[in-house]
Order: sequence, then structure tokens, then C-alpha cells
Amino acid sequence: DGRQLTPPPRMTLRERLREKISAAFYHHGLLCASYPVPIILFTSASILTCCYPLLRLPLPGTGPVEFTTGVRDYTVPSHEPQGDLGERPDWYRGPPVAYIQQVLVKAAVSPWDSSLVPVDVFRSPLGRVFSLLEEIRNHVHSDSTGVRSLEALCLQVTDLLPGLRRMQSVLPEHGCLLVSPGNYWQNQRELFDSDPDPLKTIQKHEPKGLHTSATLRDLLFGVPGKHTGVSHYNRKRVVTYTITVVLVSYDTRFLGSLRSRLKQLHPSANCSLRDDHMVHVHFKEEIGIAELIPLVTTYIILFAYIYFSTRKIDMVKSKWGLALAAVVTVLSSLLMSVGLCTLFGLTPTLNGGEIFPYLVVVIGLENVLVLTKSVVSTPVDLEVKLRIAQGLSNESWSIMKNMATELCIILIGYFTLVPAIQEFCLFAVVGLVSDFFLQMFFFTTVLSIDIRRMELADLNRRLPAEAGLPPPKPGPLRPREAPPPPRPSPHTITLQTPAFRNLRLPKRLRVVYFLARTRLAQRIIMVGTVIWIGILVYTDPAGLRTYLAAQVSEQSPLGDSGGGGLPPHLGVAPVFHAGDPTSTLSVLPAPEPTPLPENQSQGHHGSAGAGPRPQVPPAVPQITWGAEDEEGWRRLSFRHWPSLFSYYNITLAKRYISILPVIPVTLHLSPQEAIETRHPQDTRHPPPPIPKVSADLQTDLTLYKVAALGLAAGVLLVLLLFCLYRVLCPRNYGQNGVAHGRRRRGDLPCDDYGYSPPVSEISPLLLRGHSMDIECLASDGMLLASCCLAGQIRVWDAQTGDCLTVIPNHGLRRSSSSGCWEQRDGWDSVGGATEPECLGSDCREHSFSGDGLSEDEGDLLRRRSVPARPTLFTDQPDLTPLIDTNFTCQPPSHLATPPRGGFDFGGLVERAYLEHESPSPSTYPSPSSAASSSPPSAAHLQRRRSLGDAPTLPAQDRASTAGTQATADWDSSVWAMELRGNLIAAGRSSGKLELWDAVEGSLRCSNEDGVSGITALAFLNNRIVAARLNGSLDFFTVEINKPLGLLQYRGAPGRGSMPPSPCYSSEDVISCQLTRSVQCAHQKPITVLRAAAGRVVTGSQDHTVRVYRLEDSCCLFTLQGHSGGITAIYIDQTMVLASGGQDGAICLWDVLTGSRVSHVYGHRGDVTSLVCTTSCVISSGLDDLICIWDRSTGIKLYSIQQEVGCGASLGVISESLLVTGGQGCVSFWDLNFGDLLQTVYLGQSSDGQGVRQLLVLDNAAIVCDFGSELSLVYVPSVLEKLD
Amino acid sequence: TTSNINGTTNLVIRGTMLFSVGVFLALVLNLLQVQRNVTLFPPDVISSIFSSAWWVPPCCGTASAMIGLLYPCIDSRLGEPHKFKREWSSVMRCVAVFVGINHASAKVDFANNVQLSLTLAALSIGLWWTFDRSRSGFGLGIGIALLATLATQLLVYNGVFQYTSPDFLYIRSWLPCIFFAGVITMGNIGRQLALYEYKVVQEKTHQD
Repeated sequence: DGRQLTPPPRMTLRERLREKISAAFYHHGLLCASYPVPIILFTSASILTCCYPLLRLPLPGTGPVEFTTGVRDYTVPSHEPQGDLGERPDWYRGPPVAYIQQVLVKAAVSPWDSSLVPVDVFRSPLGRVFSLLEEIRNHVHSDSTGVRSLEALCLQVTDLLPGLRRMQSVLPEHGCLLVSPGNYWQNQRELFDSDPDPLKTIQKHEPKGLHTSATLRDLLFGVPGKHTGVSHYNRKRVVTYTITVVLVSYDTRFLGSLRSRLKQLHPSANCSLRDDHMVHVHFKEEIGIAELIPLVTTYIILFAYIYFSTRKIDMVKSKWGLALAAVVTVLSSLLMSVGLCTLFGLTPTLNGGEIFPYLVVVIGLENVLVLTKSVVSTPVDLEVKLRIAQGLSNESWSIMKNMATELCIILIGYFTLVPAIQEFCLFAVVGLVSDFFLQMFFFTTVLSIDIRRMELADLNRRLPAEAGLPPPKPGPLRPREAPPPPRPSPHTITLQTPAFRNLRLPKRLRVVYFLARTRLAQRIIMVGTVIWIGILVYTDPAGLRTYLAAQVSEQSPLGDSGGGGLPPHLGVAPVFHAGDPTSTLSVLPAPEPTPLPENQSQGHHGSAGAGPRPQVPPAVPQITWGAEDEEGWRRLSFRHWPSLFSYYNITLAKRYISILPVIPVTLHLSPQEAIETRHPQDTRHPPPPIPKVSADLQTDLTLYKVAALGLAAGVLLVLLLFCLYRVLCPRNYGQNGVAHGRRRRGDLPCDDYGYSPPVSEISPLLLRGHSMDIECLASDGMLLASCCLAGQIRVWDAQTGDCLTVIPNHGLRRSSSSGCWEQRDGWDSVGGATEPECLGSDCREHSFSGDGLSEDEGDLLRRRSVPARPTLFTDQPDLTPLIDTNFTCQPPSHLATPPRGGFDFGGLVERAYLEHESPSPSTYPSPSSAASSSPPSAAHLQRRRSLGDAPTLPAQDRASTAGTQATADWDSSVWAMELRGNLIAAGRSSGKLELWDAVEGSLRCSNEDGVSGITALAFLNNRIVAARLNGSLDFFTVEINKPLGLLQYRGAPGRGSMPPSPCYSSEDVISCQLTRSVQCAHQKPITVLRAAAGRVVTGSQDHTVRVYRLEDSCCLFTLQGHSGGITAIYIDQTMVLASGGQDGAICLWDVLTGSRVSHVYGHRGDVTSLVCTTSCVISSGLDDLICIWDRSTGIKLYSIQQEVGCGASLGVISESLLVTGGQGCVSFWDLNFGDLLQTVYLGQSSDGQGVRQLLVLDNAAIVCDFGSELSLVYVPSVLEKLD
Repeated sequence: TTSNINGTTNLVIRGTMLFSVGVFLALVLNLLQVQRNVTLFPPDVISSIFSSAWWVPPCCGTASAMIGLLYPCIDSRLGEPHKFKREWSSVMRCVAVFVGINHASAKVDFANNVQLSLTLAALSIGLWWTFDRSRSGFGLGIGIALLATLATQLLVYNGVFQYTSPDFLYIRSWLPCIFFAGVITMGNIGRQLALYEYKVVQEKTHQD
């Protein structure tokens, strides 16, 4: 909704924010559409960077499948499928790869002594692992069937994989696969005892940075790292670890005896672990149908969602391409999310395949679709980057709002404190942010490319082979549509030859143009996308890579490398001292376990994740056994066993292992023993204070850390982008706030894709003669009347720019017969009539011609003091030095030179030339005008009241013409002027309405019925409407009483059938009669008056607009809707009525019904002028902004920043050509595209005066005031797109 | 009269579609619950297809058909046609979120049942706010959810089936939330179908 984009003058914070966001999106859209290729490259690079950590992450597969059987009646399942499978899974066939027997050791120093140091918590408990190991290794079971030792039953492993050399010192090779924390010290007690810092040794083997889920520490300890209790900050003071024995065959009796032996040695008093179940874990990649169905359902729903979403993409070149881009956006954002989370150390524990559809649904395709819809609904004829920018800007608020809402919801979800939901939310948040990033950069750019493609395709269709035509012959250079008349009409399309254009294009643009033409960028993107999809397929968990990996692992022979030929070696060589089982008796029997109340059965493991407890640790560490210890391996990553086996090149894929019930071992160590086993350095090395947070706290904070890091990364990314934006983008990049009015001469505006304006030089024609700033301008197409602050009215030929008539402020006597007047006389009277009143002591001398001549020298002196300016037209006199701006001194009225010759109306052209030749007298200051000629404020209402704002003297009769006896009022200034035919209607501040003959410069009639100053005039047909300062509206009728003889000569000049542009001959007797005066038409002064299509529309400071019928001066409507005074009104023949007010609002009205059609806030401050075309409304305001609105929808298309003080001057030459005034220049804009076509400099100095008024004539010329000069600019032909 | 026949056939078609959607969703979602051993059915019925009681999917289907027809009907009765997000993509999103809620209730480990229930309630309300936002929808959802919970309660009480770990008067406390979310989802689908039919009828009348 475009209306939302245009803030009213007083904005709330929300609206300001909204506007900021909108502007930012607009600029961003321009950026994206302008540099598509770099941005796509940048985006792809960021996606790849963010996804890089995924390569190191083990691919998430489906979790292992479990099957539980009883231990008692366990037999190795047979290979053959049995009839009564029951609930037996299919995979439960044949022997497992291995049996896992874990000995779960919980050890504590008890009672805890205050003399103990933190290292004691784990040193002596860990030290006991060696004796336990020996016990296990040397355990021999002998019965009637023979003697069995571990050696015979355990899984004999050979070499580690070649890539794992660094683990050689830790993991066993060539022997039993038996892992325990003792492996850190090569299973040698001596090494452990001499190790000054066991923690450091453990930490040494941890992978740096990114850690996968199964680390060496997990493998050796057999419990998750945070549960081991091996840390300086272990408040429970219980150390937990396992000794994991991997057996290749199952022997009930051996295991039973081992279990009973260990239990006997280290009884666990309150241990009630069940030991009658063994769990078979199958690591197959296949998914069962029962799990598959919900999964497939979610995916079906997901695809339906994507289908229904992308179906809405319309009006684009390639629906499929954009749909693909949308899906790629979402998928890449998810991958980026996972990648980023992994980078910061969060390992996904959720099943990726299951949560993926929900993530997609949460992130959604909505924004992408909304963007597309918004962009394609922008006007098709706009330029692509503007379309993108507008589309983005239109939807910016809703996008930001949605994003904020979703983030809020997800944050709420984060505080449910359910780990799975938290993880999901974390992924979703990061995914949302990266999705936003991708939407803004990737998708927007793709969209711009698509739309550009569409546009190019359409253009190619429209102009089939025109570009290929040979250059037209020089003779009939006119394009086909061009009409025969000699001057090209502005509506024609001049297509330059391509070769010529290419010559003018800079090299850089040609390269880009080449890229655009060959669609290289699109092709690269397409190839990139295909490759990307290929990578996706390959790396997809269910995709090619896993399949290949599975294939490879299946074919590779298990346990090759000739290790099978080796004799079963004695384990890890240094460890295995052959000893008798009795040696283990040296292990001290455990002290009596402290009696435990049964209700304290909440194991410390269960609450370990609940955060650090501030409570004082118990003096007696309590070793408790809970249900969670029963299957402690469940807390390990499900890749724990596969990774352990994979070190020895044994794959578990599609096979299973059997996990035997753990053997609990409780060790209570006396403080005495703890002190004895101390390393001398243990006491000297107090635990390093912080930064090492306790393990519990650490793991607990992981999520928050990840969140904080992600946030920081996001902020950094935003900052980076901002810098990039600043570097790439010029300060005033797009439209809103551009100042490309300052374009240098000859610098062609041309956008990156080869849209270039025609190359043609426009040279303005300067009309000089006025001595002061021009106040009023009026034209009827043929003639041009201007009135300056001095009150002098000049009439020019609009075609040639010749000055036809000068009506000075004082009645000029001229011979009525020939229409020629003596200039000397005129100037005499100029001098004579100058402000007859005296102000203070400063009495004005009347200087006549003689005086003027005498003062010419002084004039010349002054002229020299003015810095010389380069001459624009060498054949024309430079009059600028003559302008006397020094109003304080006594300004002599002067006469520059005697006229070169009499003006003869017989030869207009020649005379005009002579007029230019003769340096005209310039200044005509007066105190009042000096006061009023201060730089005009841009406020429309504060019209520059010129000479005679406060009329002091009654009108003087100075002028008399042959036909009428009318008096001209010289003391009041002209406030309004209109020109029709050859009649100039001038409304004066004194309330007098005068009708002048434009050609002869004679006053034809005047009307003094009103006393209040005429602020606005409308001259339509034979009626003149005058709006007065007091709010009244007068309707005059101009009647022509022709002499009898002329009646027949001129045809039938009936009153009713007055031609639109009547020609009043000088013989006619013209009278102007007040037909009706509407008193109190408005409560306050009437500020605007426009007439067209038989209607007169007035706008006043009383906030209302009134519509009158011209014929009977009947008030039809009073239009209310503005909240400020009316400052601008537009009405044309098609009854389009638009009004703008001081509140910055623009209203469109239906003239027939008086209803308001649309109402938009466009400007901060007054609306200073309004023009409508058939499709758009152009408004300018005090904020020097020109806004272009869609007329039917009221949506702002774009805006153009004007120079200060030049906002009000604008005009529309054709449907697509807008002209605006600037500082000493006028600029031409393509209305459809908002492109600057050309800037024409009026004067030679770079900073001339601002163009305040601008009038578009019928003959495709524009007239603008330029200080005291008028400038007539002929508009060149309109451009056409290159493609 | 032809329009009447058309109307009834349309109604039947809509009802059938809603019914099948309900059956399908019931089967799928029940699979999720069965995986987690949430519901236990008597051993004699468990042998039926898809390891669920035979009467559960038809019941769900009927209920969803009723709900799906009731929603547009109530909208038209109240005279406030539902305008919020009337698109198939939105409906699909809604269904996906509903399945996700079920998934969460079945697979996510919660510390206790209160947390589970509260989370699910928040999710359900979020579902309503995201995809419905109509007062009638909310009221109907609450009402039907309560009724359905009551019915389940009666069934469990009479021993037709039971929950493995009932935490609230023989049933699971999150049941009303799931019912509410389901009602919202089915209502969404029903409204969309009704809209489609309305469009078709409009086009036909235009053609006539």
C-alpha cells in the first residue's frame, strides 16, 4: 500500500521507523538490481562458507535400532530366518559384530577431608583403573569345559587406520579391544603416577575446535564427558568411568564369573541395576515402514506446501526458475543454519530428517512470495531496478513485522527449556536470519534478473528488427512516426543508430551490456545452481554419498591387512603382565559404603545437567546407582560404537552389536590413599581459576554461548554488509535524495543496461529585457507574457523568442495606428513615472532622457565592477551587469542608449533582434520592491508582493489608447496575469483588472469594481475569473463590440460562439463587465484559482476547495478534506481535479460528484504544485521533492529530489516527459522510468538563480524564469530504450 | 433444484475429502504415538492394520468431516466470512505445524507432564493465532476439544483402551491441546474447501 509509505508531517516513532525501513529496503533493492552478478557471487560464497562446517560433520543418518533380549536364555541367533520370528527384527540374525561388556566404575574418596585438594577427587579413583584392568585381563574362568580367559574371548584388533597415527599411543593395537581411561597412560600405573597433570593429558587428545560427537574422551571413559566427574570442579566428588571390553564371542560362564568376581571385590551396596537384559543395537541405514510413514507424510505435506506456495508466483519470466530460487533460498538457509550452529560447537542431536520439514515450514516461503508479488505488481513500464526497489520497499514493513513476530514466537519456544525444543528453536532462529539474508540478497537479485529477462524479451518482441536496420539516410532522418512539420514534435521517438550509441557508451557499460545481452550471468547462475543441487544430492544424508559409502564399506573385506594371520598377541604389549588372578587381591577391599537413605535415589547423573548447584558439596560423597546407569551407553552419541569400530576398519553398517548389562563397580577410597597417590605437583598446582568453568556449567552454557556467538556473528555480518553497501553504493544512490541535477554538461545519463537518452544538444534561448525578477508568466501558446517585479510586462513570441511588446509600468504612449511606439518616449516616461512619491528624505528624481544619458557613465563604471562573465551568445548583449542590486543608494533611473531605431511592427523579427542588440535599461528599484525582492521564500502562499503592495497613491491616468479610455494603475503591482488571444488580463494588488492588448501594448479596458487585491486570475473563453484577497470571487465577461464594418469581415463573432483563442483586433471595442461577484466565496484569501472544462476551481486558506460553473458562476461543490490551506490545484479538460494543501496531502476529486477519489500524504510541508497526466500525478512540495503517484491507485511510484527552492517548478511536456527547474538549469525526466534524461543549463555560470516558474507551451517548448531573464527551451525528442 | 442437488453433492464431496484427510492423519499420527508406546490397545484389536484399533481412524475421519463442514457453516451463519490467509499454501503450513505438534508430543522428552502440556497448549494457541485468528474458530476449537476429551475419558473409563502412563484421570493431560490443534487444522481445511466450492459455484453462475 503506497499510502503507508508517505508519512504525514507529524510522524510517530512507528511511522518514522517504518519510513526508515522502507527507504532502506528501497536502496537495497536498487543495489541488488544494479549489481546482480557480484551480489550473487557474494551470496554463494557466504552460503558455501556457512555450509563448510557441514562437510566435517558426520552425516546424520537414522538412529540405530535396538532390540532387547534376556541374558539368561540368550543364544546366538542363527543365520537362517526362523519361522516364529515373533517380534524379532529382521536384522537379528547371526552373531553380532561384537559383544560389549562395560564395567561401570564409580569411585569416590570418602569421607572427604578438608585437607584434600581438588585433584584428589579424581587422581586416586583414576589410579584404581589399573588394578581393575589387571583384574579383568587376568581373570580366568575354569570349569569342566576348560579354561577361558579374556584373551580367548575378546575381539582381537589389528592396526589402527592409517590416518589415526596420533591415536596409536592411546588406542590398543594388535590385541584385545579393551578401552579404559588407563589407555591415556598406556595402561601403566607408573606413567599415571608420574603424570603431573592427568587432566592435561586427557585434554591433550581432545580435538581442537569443532568436536564431533564421539571424542576420544568419550570412547575411553565410556560415559559422556560431563558425567565423568574428572574435573577440578566436581562438586559431587564422584568419578565415573567404564572399562569397555569388546568380546567377539559370548561365554556366559566366563562373563558370569567376571561379574561375580568384580562384584565380590567391589560390592555396590545399593545397586539395583538389572542385569538380565542385553541390548542389540543395529546400525542399519534403512528405516522401518512405521517410521517412514510419518516421515513421508511430513515430506508430502512439505512438498504440497511448497507447491501451493510457488504456484502463486506469477507474472514472471520463468516460474520454474523463481520457484527453484525460492526453494533454494529456504534450503540454503537451513543448511547455513546447521552449518553455523555446528561451527560454534553445537552438535545436532535431533534427527535431521525428522525436523527438517518443520524447519522449512517454520521459516516458510511467504516472504519470498510476497516479495515476488509486490515486485511484479509495480508498474511494468518502470525501470527494473526501480521496480525491484519499489516492490521491496512496499513490503518492507510487513516483512520486518513478520520476521519480528516469528523471532518472538521462537524465542518464547526457546524458554520452554525443553532441550529438544531449544535446539529446534536455535536452528530456526539462525535459519530465519540466514533466510532473511538470502531473501534480501539471493532471491531479490534472482528476481531482478528474471524481470530484466522478461523486459528484454518483451522489448525484443516489440521492436523486431529495428536495431538491425541500416542507418537511415541523412535526408529523411525522421523516424516513421514523425509528422512532416519541420520541428520534431516531442512525442516522436528518435532512435539513434546503434553504432553511434555504442560509440558513446563507456567501456565498462559496454562490458555490462555484453553480459546482459548474452545472458552470461544467468547462465552462470543456472550452472551454479545445477552444481549446487548436485552437491546437495551428493551430500544429502539419504543421498548419493551415503549410498556410495555403504557400497564401499560393504565391499571392503573386514579385518584384512593380514592381521588375521597374526597370533593372538598379548594385548597392548606393555600392559599385559601375565600374572595370577590372586594378585588382584592386593586391591584393598572397599570400605563400608556409607549407608544411604533410600529416598536419595536421585542419582547425581540425572541432575548433572540441571546446572551448578550453589549448595555446599556433601562431606561424604555419595555413590548412588540409578536407573540411568543401567544403560549408560544410551547417553553416548549413537555414533560412539561405530566410530570406535571404524578406527579398526570395522563397519557396523547394516550389522549389529550386543551390549551386555554393565557390571557395576563401586570404589570407596580413603583420604589416606588419596594423599598417598598424590603427585608432588598436585598440591603445588592449584586448579587454574576461571576461565575454565565447571564442566556442568560449561555444557549448560553451550546453548547460550552458541546463541550469543550466533548473534555476534549476525551483527558482524550486518556491519560488514553495511560497510560493503557504503563502499559499493554512492551516498545518494537511488531516486529519493539523488542530486543528479548537478550532472556535468555532456555527461550522458545512461544506466548499466544501456538505456541511454538521445544525444542532442538543447540550447536555451534567453529572453532578456526585464529589469527585475520575473513575477508572473502567462502564455497561450503563441504569445508569452511576463511581468517582472518592477511591473513591466513584456510580450514575447513564443516561437521565436522575440520581444513583441513592452508595457512598462507607466503608461507608454504609442501610436495606435501603427502599433509602433517611440522608445525614447517610452523611456522618457519610464523615467518620469518612477515612483512619484517620496519616502523620507530620499526623494526620487525624475530623470528624463537627458539625465539618463548623463548617468550612463556611472552605469558603465558599475558595469565594470561586475566580474566579467563568459558570454553565452556573442551576438547578444550581456545585460547582467546592468542589474542594479544595490538598492540602498539612490538609484537613478537611467536610459542606457538611445534606441537604434524605431520599432516597426511590420518586421517583427528584425525588431526583436534589435531589441536584443540594444542594452535595455535594467534596474527599476523602489523601496517597496527592494523590500520585497529579497530571496523569495518557497512558500507558495507568500507570493512575492512586488511594487505597490501597499498602494499609496490613487491610480494615475497615464495611458490612453485610441479605442478605449481606460486608466492604468501604475502604483499597484501585478499579482496575477493571464493571456488569451492577444489580450493580457492583469490583476493588480489594488483590485483592478486590466486588459491589455498584447501586440500593441495598449490598455484596452480596465475594471475597478473590486478593491481587494486580485490574487489569481483565470481567463477562459470570454470570461475572466478573479480571486481576491478578501476571499471573494468575481466573474467578468469580456465583450467585444466590433465596428459594424468589421463584423462581416471577421465572420460571425457571436458572444456565445467565441473561439477558444479569440483574436481581438485592435479595432474592437472591448469591455469587461463584472457579471457576478461571489462575496465570501471563501472565508480566507483565495490562494489558487484554476479553470478548465467549464469549471472554475478555487482553493483557499480556509482548507476548502470550491468548484464553480463558469457559465453561471454557480458554486457546485465545496470539497473538504484537507487539513491545511490549499496551495495547489490542478484541473484539466478531462475533469481531473487534484488539490494539494499545506498539510502535505494530495487529494484527487471526482468533479462530477464532488467525492474524494484518493487522498495521500506526499510531502513534508506544503504541496507547491500539482500536475496530472493520464496515468500519474506529479506533485512537488516545500520539501523540494517531486513525487510521482499512480493516479488510479494512489501509490507513490517514485520521487525526485529537487534543489532547494526549485521544488515548485515543474511541467509535463508529454505523457512521459517531465521537466523540472533547478539551480540555473532545467532537467528533463522520463516519467515512466524516473530517469534523468538531460539537464539544460540556462546560464553560463554554474550556480545560477533557481528556476521558480516553469511554463510548458503547446509547441513543446518550455519557458522558465531565470532571475530577470526568461528562458525558452525547445524540447528535443523523446528517448527510446536501446534494447 | 439443480443447484440444490449440486449443493448436496458438493457437500458430500467435501465431507468425503475431509473424512479421508481425517483418516489419513489419524493413521499417521497414531503411528507416531504407537512408536512411542503412548497408547495401548487391547491385544485382540492390535492385530488390525497399522497397529491401531479399527475404530479410531473412522472416528477421527467422521469427526474431522463434521468439523470441516461445521466451520464454514458457522462462518456463514455468523455472517463474518473468514478472510485471514485463505490460501492452500497456508492450509498446508497449518497441517504441517499440526503434524509437528503431534511429533513433538510423541518424540520430545519433556521433564514432566506439566511442561509438556503447557508447551503443547502454547503451540496450539500459536497455531490458532497464526492460521485462524477468528473468535468462532477459537470457541469451536475449545468446545470440541473439551467434548472430545470427555469422550476419550469415557472410553478409557470403560476400558476400551488405555494409556501407558496416564497423568490426568486416566488420560494424558495434553490430549485437549492436540484436539484443539486438530480442530483448528480441520476447520482450516474445511473453510478452504468451502471457499473453493463457492468460487466454482460463482463461476458457474457467471457462466449462466
